[in-house]
Amino acid sequence: MSIAITTQIICFTILSLVILIGALGVVLLESIVYSAFLLGGVFMSVAGLYLLLNASFVAAAQVLVYVGAVNVLIIFAIMLVNKQEDLKPINDIKSRRIISTSICLTLLSLLIRVDLTNIWSLSSPQNSIGEESTIRIGEHLFSDYLLPFEVASVLLLMAMIGAIVLARRDVMSKDISTGLPVDQELIEKSSEPLLTNKN
Amino acid sequence: MMSLESIPIQAFLIVSSALFCIGIWGLLNSRNAVRVLMSIELMLNAVNINLMAFSSYVDNNLIQGQVFTIFVITVAAAEAAVGLAILLSLYRNRVTVDMESFNLLKW
Repeated sequence: MSIAITTQIICFTILSLVILIGALGVVLLESIVYSAFLLGGVFMSVAGLYLLLNASFVAAAQVLVYVGAVNVLIIFAIMLVNKQEDLKPINDIKSRRIISTSICLTLLSLLIRVDLTNIWSLSSPQNSIGEESTIRIGEHLFSDYLLPFEVASVLLLMAMIGAIVLARRDVMSKDISTGLPVDQELIEKSSEPLLTNKN
Repeated sequence: MMSLESIPIQAFLIVSSALFCIGIWGLLNSRNAVRVLMSIELMLNAVNINLMAFSSYVDNNLIQGQVFTIFVITVAAAEAAVGLAILLSLYRNRVTVDMESFNLLKW
């Protein structure tokens, strides 16, 4: 890494602040749309951390896949299911909040204790391969990680087919219950829910 | 203060631990199903930061952690696609995204 250490520390501080505050915004903000856009910011900052770690290829993949695909998919899902609804109040919400927050804080303190007390056997940072990492990843993918690479392609195909099968509406020319012709429009119309709430 | 040669690995690990715990908190406390999926993505990103930090500091000659990160990104993309498809069909059948009303498997 050719960047001076002071610059690295400044970049790291800014990026981690953006990550943590953005993540808190994602889980705490009232509006789901703001959460989705903040999530995009968090993904970009994580890509910045990868650049600080000398991993340009993974940073590019992070931006392309997370910001370009996953975040856009989430925003599309919000657009499709965006309905203002009044949530039913839960009667024991306070005890639930207390229990879950204490569990998370306990886990956080445990993890930070492990992070700080363990003695990591680090290699010297001088022999960093830097820009060669893309070549090294390619060598890994086509030699010792060839089987996982091929399995990943099958997994992506399965996910694609599964998503299409799950998300499409059944295309039928006639409605089963009424016998009327079905109009195949893209806009979701209000219909009787199939699985109504029993209680 | 001693002069640093590079950012200590503990800084990366603490950021990823905090991000993971925020993700778990969001997973447990969200009422909206889309937000639950977003929390899962946050947790996967925390794991990725961990893998990348160790690959850069411990194994910076054979960067196997970066290859693992690529695979985690692949699986996360597949998971997001299938999860949102499940969410859409669930919304079509129940007309809500409230996690409290998805209790079909509750006896």
